[in-house]
This record gives sequence, structure tokens and C-alpha cells, in this order.
Amino acid sequence: MKAIDYRIERASDVAGAVEALQADPFAKPIAGGQSLGAMLNLRLAQPECVIDIVGLDALKGLRIESDEMVIGPLVTHARLEDGRYDDATGGMLAHVAAGIAYRAVRNSGTIGGSICHADPAADWIAATAALGATFDIQGPDGTRQVAARDFMTSAFETTLAEADVLTAIRVPALGDTARWSYRKFCRKTGEFALAIVSGVVDGQTGIERLVFSALDGAPVVIERAGLFDELAEPDARQVLLDDDALSISGHRRALHAGLLADVIADIRGTA
Amino acid sequence: MTGAPPDTQAKGIGARLARKEDARFLSGRGEFVADIRRPGMLDVAFVRAPVAHARIVDIEKPEGWESLVYTMADMAEVKPIVAASKLPGFQKSEQYPLAKDKVRFVGEMVAMCVAPSRARAEDLAEQVFVDYEDLPVVSDMHAAANGTAEGKLHEHWDSNVFLETQVDNKAGIADDVVSVRRQLSTSRQCQVPLEGRGVVCWWDHRLNRLEMTSAAQMPHINRTGLAECLGLDEGQVRVVSPDVGGGFGYKGILLPEEICCAWLAMKLDRPIRWIEDRNEHLSANANCREHAYDISVHVERSGRLAGIDCDAIVDSGAYSSYPFSACLEAAQIGSILPGPYKMDSYSCHTRSAATNKPPILPYRGVARTGVCFALEVMLDIAARELGIEPFELRERSLVGPDDMPYTNITNKLFDSGDYIACMHRAVEALDWSGWRARQAETNGRKRIGLGLATFCEQGAHGTSVYHGWGIPMVPGYEQCNARVTTDGILELQIGAHSHGQSMETTMAQVANTVLGIDPEQVRIMHGDTGGSPYSTGTWGSRNAVMSGGAVAAACEKLADRVRRLASHLMDVAADDLIFENGGVVSGDRSRSMTLADIAHTWYRAPQLLPDDVDPAGLGLVAGYKMRPDMGTFSYATHACAVEVDTVTGAVKLLDYAICEDGGVLLNPMVVEGQLLGGLAQGIGTALYEEIPFDDEAQPLASTLADYMVPGAAEMPHLTIEHMETPSPFSTFGQKGIGEGGAIAPPAAITNAVNDALGGLGAEIHSVPISPERVIAALEAAHESD
Repeated sequence: MKAIDYRIERASDVAGAVEALQADPFAKPIAGGQSLGAMLNLRLAQPECVIDIVGLDALKGLRIESDEMVIGPLVTHARLEDGRYDDATGGMLAHVAAGIAYRAVRNSGTIGGSICHADPAADWIAATAALGATFDIQGPDGTRQVAARDFMTSAFETTLAEADVLTAIRVPALGDTARWSYRKFCRKTGEFALAIVSGVVDGQTGIERLVFSALDGAPVVIERAGLFDELAEPDARQVLLDDDALSISGHRRALHAGLLADVIADIRGTA
Repeated sequence: MTGAPPDTQAKGIGARLARKEDARFLSGRGEFVADIRRPGMLDVAFVRAPVAHARIVDIEKPEGWESLVYTMADMAEVKPIVAASKLPGFQKSEQYPLAKDKVRFVGEMVAMCVAPSRARAEDLAEQVFVDYEDLPVVSDMHAAANGTAEGKLHEHWDSNVFLETQVDNKAGIADDVVSVRRQLSTSRQCQVPLEGRGVVCWWDHRLNRLEMTSAAQMPHINRTGLAECLGLDEGQVRVVSPDVGGGFGYKGILLPEEICCAWLAMKLDRPIRWIEDRNEHLSANANCREHAYDISVHVERSGRLAGIDCDAIVDSGAYSSYPFSACLEAAQIGSILPGPYKMDSYSCHTRSAATNKPPILPYRGVARTGVCFALEVMLDIAARELGIEPFELRERSLVGPDDMPYTNITNKLFDSGDYIACMHRAVEALDWSGWRARQAETNGRKRIGLGLATFCEQGAHGTSVYHGWGIPMVPGYEQCNARVTTDGILELQIGAHSHGQSMETTMAQVANTVLGIDPEQVRIMHGDTGGSPYSTGTWGSRNAVMSGGAVAAACEKLADRVRRLASHLMDVAADDLIFENGGVVSGDRSRSMTLADIAHTWYRAPQLLPDDVDPAGLGLVAGYKMRPDMGTFSYATHACAVEVDTVTGAVKLLDYAICEDGGVLLNPMVVEGQLLGGLAQGIGTALYEEIPFDDEAQPLASTLADYMVPGAAEMPHLTIEHMETPSPFSTFGQKGIGEGGAIAPPAAITNAVNDALGGLGAEIHSVPISPERVIAALEAAHESD
């Protein structure tokens, strides 16, 4: 199949992109195009106008600012994978990036594009929730921040309004003794995950966080002190997996159960 | 990988010669259908049925654009595709290139739209409104075969069955045999060649013929089918097949799309193009492998196979495709299910069920992948029941080397080989006993399992085989046009075509063996019906034997003619001349002439030749037929080790070994390439590839996001061992081996998974072995405890 006849507008800055989106509420911004490209060709997306934001240097930064990493949404998976930057996540960003699709996809695909597309099985939606990230969003009325865990509302739906642009992903630095685990189950290399479980424990901040993802909708985040000690008990894991918030059953529950066991082992160092 | 190191000196049969094709392919200079442009070319998009079974009430063309949209009513003079099996009781289907009156599967073409670009043609297609009246959908082959489906595919038929067959060679077997019975199945798949189908065609007024460039394996067969449907004589159709990016059976079929484009090119007198996209391939042409078996095997306590009883159904889809028909798969099942084994008793009942799915087409291995899966999985279940290793059962049941040539229970004539030694070499190559020791140490969440599968593969099927199966296309003789050009280049024109078989290299190696000519001085011309000898084309692992035989025969005849000319020019007795290094040399090596010198004399200095020279010249046609024509039987054993995660159901291939015997190998490196590609596809069948259909026969995997094909990362470590037992029936002892890699993996991998799950009482009966199927098997075992 071939895409419908659409026009491309190149945004000169973020404000210009916001303006263009205001002018045409059905316009779609395009970054790496790894999801939107396929959707255009399958005619699942039929915008009259596609706004190319790839040239916006303001969205390409990758730096540490006081106690957080600030990642521009146009940073590619490949750049995060290669790890040639000051990292405050103990290698978690590089690990997650390396597991996304294939290198060819990672060379073009961007962290911000993946987050805004909000595929329930995508990696950055889950990983940023696990890391407790927040997102900077610029719209017609100015700039606001949304916690990663609150950003996605359901499958392919987010709190972004029609003319909003994601401008930064802020990831809090992990302490030196922090431990993380990111496990996913894919039918084969490069496929979207059928199940994702991720855990982060940081002794310095006292944070203990567990994320289930590749669900029907947004990831489920569980955060409380003592969580991982509690889950060392297999019975406690079963109770958690049966929680209504997860609403998983059958094979998907089996997959999450398997990954959960792996994550607990990773975090507790018993693997 | 094992095998001899590349020999840069020898370039004939058996040499690991680098492929002549590689230079253009590796530098992106191959020419495929989609690379071809013609002035004034228009693109076509098809309106395809969104429902599986419905009466067409009305087709509304978009207002103002009626002249760019065509339906079957516009093509009234075009005849439907009819591929009738000659076996008694076959019920014929008529497949009109665009649906007439009703649609019978999702994706069937209803209208054709033409525009200056594919995108514009798709815009038009979106505006065609078709009013459908739903009919009851036949989505289940069991219901179709058993007569319990509410719907009926073809109104004039008695049932939803194309053909029912029965092979009955039942004989008495001992009372104390162990009998095991299971229901096994393989899922519906696509062949997924890297390049899809595609057509560019136009009418050539000077030659008064249709010129069609098509991604086709069998251009002459396409030409015959096109001429029949379009009412042209065959000389008015030329089919050219350019570089083809994989075929695997899919490109051997006459497509309704080809007929539509040809008709439109004639109607509009413009070049017309259609390039299949992945969505069309996966949803409208989801088309192979779907078998169901109810099978019992009977094994004596000693481990000797005594007999097989089987009832098999093939989901043949809505129509019988040209030229292999809807019944190739079932005909093969009945005749090849006994595999490479000896037995006392055999019966097999088959039904080719008609359902509201795309027509079934052959895919690399054709029914062999299914029957190997069915029988080999059963043999391992029986071995487990008897408490013996799978290879112990097989060594007591395989046809032995001293039995060769051997006529089996379905009258197959196995030509040569040592099936038992081959199996043992695969078992050793895998380090079976080493894996058994590791397996004993892992009894937790992740379990190790070992499996093997053995088969023999009939290639180069002869006239009697296809006639016996009732297939509309019956292969006869293979021919080669050969000529030496004025400057001593050898040109060979054959009717078969390469869709990845490396024939430009291997056929040149055959010429080198006969004429001593450097393969670089040999030009292979194929894939063009304009002037090449008629051939059924490239299918059924036939070209090493059939085209190789024809090339050898033509080179032998040319050698005679060259020898006679050289004898005169060199004043040496003809029988004292030897072919080497691109020329002839006298037995005492005192005199020599190059082929270029001889050709130059013949074409450009005939005054040097005597008056009574034979004027037939340096060009000729020669042919080949294998006798007996049962075909060659290559064979192999695949062995593998897997790890099964009993919590997630994931299956990981830990190691894989293949020992194969393809007789004399024309080029071992090419054979290894065939094995690797075939193995990847076999792993796809075993673990990944499946197009599920819902109750309304809607295909549920229509993009590569849903239809999973293994990639490089899914390939296991592989050890290949070669055996080379010549076939006594072919020119050089070569055998067909192009499909084998794709035959055994589903059986070997399922056996390994069942070995891993054996301790937990679980068993897999269907491929692909998805994590869901593993977990379901474990749950079923848990519930029956």
C-alpha cells in the first residue's frame, strides 16, 4: 500500500511546530518515523499534513543537570544504546535502548517519538515510568510537566493535547547503590514485547518501584517501601499478579509471572 | 561448518566455486520486476473482498472515474482458471480473475483500478463501493471435510471436498505391537519471499505479442496458462522472468493478477504494472502448509516399525490453483507419508477440503514438511513409550544400505544411500550423549530436550510421478539450446529459471566438467520463453538433475562437433582429442587449439574447412530424461537441542546439526546455502509463522508485525555434514536437494520440545510451537494429573 497524498511542513522551532499543529488539528508531527511511516503506508494514518520536527536542534540534547538527566525527545535509541554520554541510570537507558527492535530502527527511531506514540508494548513508556521520569511539554499556553507514570492514559492515548509537543524527558539520577532490572518477553528478536516487568530500587532515596507493562493500556506502577523483600515470597507474587489493576490472565499472566521472578532475582542479587 | 576448503583450481562439478551471480546482487545491480520502467506505464491496485463468503449484489464505480475501474463484467471474454486433477472424483473449481457473482475468501479480487501511480490507484480503489450479501462461512477444514459446515463453496458440488483418496496397503501385524495415536496439525503460512510477486506487461505491435515481465519460477507454464485464459496462441505471449528474489513455490503459480494486468495492457494499449505488497501477500495469499492428521503408528517391542494408519485433511482453500491443483498436497501425503522406512502395513485416507480461505499453494518441501512432522513426531512418541532412544527405533526401521535400490510400500523407488549411517552422523555431530548428560542436570524451570527427524526427499520428479498424482502439469523432457559464439563463448539457454538457485554458476560448472571451459566463458540464459526450450521450470528440486542433465547432453553433442572440426584443423584423429582449459589438445599434447580459434574458423574463416564438413554448425538443442523417471531421493537427518522455559513457554534452539546426502554435489557451497535458507524457513514453520483465521475466516496476521518470520538472530549454531552417495539414475550421480532444509525442522524441534516436556507429561501436537501452545500443553498435563 502507499500513503495518501499529504504535504510535509518543516518546523523551524518548537513554537513553529506548536503553531502548525494548532492550524491543523489532524496534522501529525514526525520524528524518526519508525511507527508513523508504517501507519502512513498502511493508510492507518491519513493526515493531510505531516510536520517534520527532525531538524529541531533544541530537542536533541542529552545532558546531566544537577540531579537529573535531561534527554531531548529527538535522541535516537541508537545514541542511548551506544552510551557515549554522562549516564546517571547505571546503564539502564543503554540496556533498554539496545533491546528495541533492530539497529536499523534504532538508528532513526527516537525516544520522544516512541513515548508520544504510546504503544502499550513499547519500551520507553515502561522504562521512564520505572525510572520515575517527568516530561516537559510545550503547548499553545506555555510549558508544563507531567510524570511519566501519568502520561499515557490508554493504548495509543496520552495527556498530550492536539498542539502539544514533548520537549524533554527528565530522568532522576540513581544513587550509587541503586539496582535496576528491565525484563521483557518477545516472540523473537526485534518484536514488540508481549510482557514487560521492570524494577528500580534506590537506597539513597528509599524508592522501590515495580512496573508492569505491555498490558492493554498504560503501564501499572507499584511503589512502596519494602516491596522487594515482600515479593521474595512466591505467595506474595501471586497476590500481586492477581491484582485487579493488572487484569492479566492466561498466557500473559504466565509471562509476567516469569519476568517478575527474574526481576526480583535481579534486584535482590539472587539470580 | 565442515567440508573441504575452497579449491581455487577445480571449477567443475564438486568445486566450491563463488557464485557468478554475486557481483550484481551484492552491489545492488540485480534487476527485479519492480526495477523495470516503461514509458507511459500505469499502476494497478485491486479492490479486494473484506469478507470471506458473500454474494456480490452490486459494484458501484466512483462517479466520473468509471473508465479507470474494471470488474469481471468488463472482462467477459476472459476464461477462468481451471486446474483439474485427473484423479477420479475431483470436483472442479472455476476461479475468475476478478470475482464473478460471489467472493470466496478475504482478499479475493473484485475490481481493478488503474492510475498513473499506485497511490492514485489505491485512492480509486477506496471509492469503489461493493454491496455484499453474506453467506455462511466455511472456516474449518474438519467441518468442510466431514460435511457439517453450513456453507457451500461451489454450488454445483456435492460437498466441500475437492477430492478424497485412499491408499490401502494394509497387512497383518503382530498383536503385541505398541500402537500410539494422535491428532497433529500444521498451521496456515505464507512463503514470504523477500521479493513479492509482480508484473509489468505491454503489447508489442511489431511482434504482435504480449510481453510480460513477471517474478515467476516457471515462465513457460505461466505463458501456457495466460494464453489459455486470454484466448491467445502461445506465440502471442512472451514471459520474461528477470532476477527473482525467492519463490519457494509461490512464484510457480499463475496468478489472477497476471491475467488481469495482461487483459488491461491489451485493452488500454499501455504498459501496466502491479507490484504485490506485503499486506496483499499475507492476507490475500495466505496459502500453504495447513494439514491435519489423525495418525496411528504401530511399533514392535523391538523398536521395529510395523505399520501406519492415517486420516489426513488438507485445508485447500477456495480454488484449485494452476498448475499444481488443490490436490498436490493430499496426493503427496498418501504417497510419501511412509518416509524412508520399511513397514508391513500402511493405509492413508486423504481429503482436500474446500474452505473460504486463499487457495493452497506448494511451499518448499510441499507436503513433505507436514508428513515428516506427522510421522517423525509419532515415532518419537512411540520411542518414549518403549523407553528407547529415537535413533534406536529408527535404526531398526529405516531402509538399509544393502536394500538399495529399494521399492517402498507405496512403490517409490529409492535410488541409493545409507540412511542409517546418515542418522548416526547427525546424532554424533550434535553430541547427543553430551546433551543427554547436561539434560540430566536441568530439572527446574528451564528444561533441555533433544530431537531428531529423518526424511528422504524425492527430487526431479518424472513423468510417471506427476501423472500418478493427477497433477495438471506433467513434466517430460528437459532441453538445452547450446552454441559456441564467434569468439568462443559458450551460450546455454534453458527453460528453467533461477529464483535463487545459483544456476548461472552450477550449470557453468557442468559445462566445465564436460568441455573443460572456464565457467567465466559460459553464459547461462534463462527465464525467457522467447526462444528457450519449453520447460515446466524450477520446482520440486529438479534442476541439478534435469537442467544439469540437459546441459551435459548439449555439451557432449557440441563436443562431438568441435572434435570433428578440430580433427581436420589440427590433423589429429577425433578420438585422440581431449577437452581442457577452454580448448582441445592432442593426446600426446603436441598440438592444441582454443575453442575461440575453432569458432573463429567456423564462423569467419570457413575457407579453411573442407567442402564436405557437416554444416550443422556450433549450435544445437539436446535433451535429457532420467530413466527410470521416479526421481532422485536425497535424504538427511536433522538433530537439535532446545531449552524450554516452563513458565513462559519460550523455546530456545541451543544447537543444531544436519547430515545430508545429495548424491554428487554440483557445488557444496551452494548446497550449504540451500540448507541454511531452508533451515531458517523450517524454523519459521516450527516456532513462528502462522496466519490464524477467525470463525468468519478473517486472516488475523496481515503485516509482518503479526506474522513472525525468523531473522538472523533466530538462527542456531549449525553443523553440516555431507555424504555423497551417487544416484545410479542421474547423469553425474547428482540428486535434487533444494527443499530438504525446510522439511525436517518442525519435526526435529517438536521432538526436542516434547523430549524436554516429557518428564512433565506434556506433549506438543501443533506447530508453530508458540509460547501459548507450550503453556497450554503444560496446563493440559497438569489437569490430567
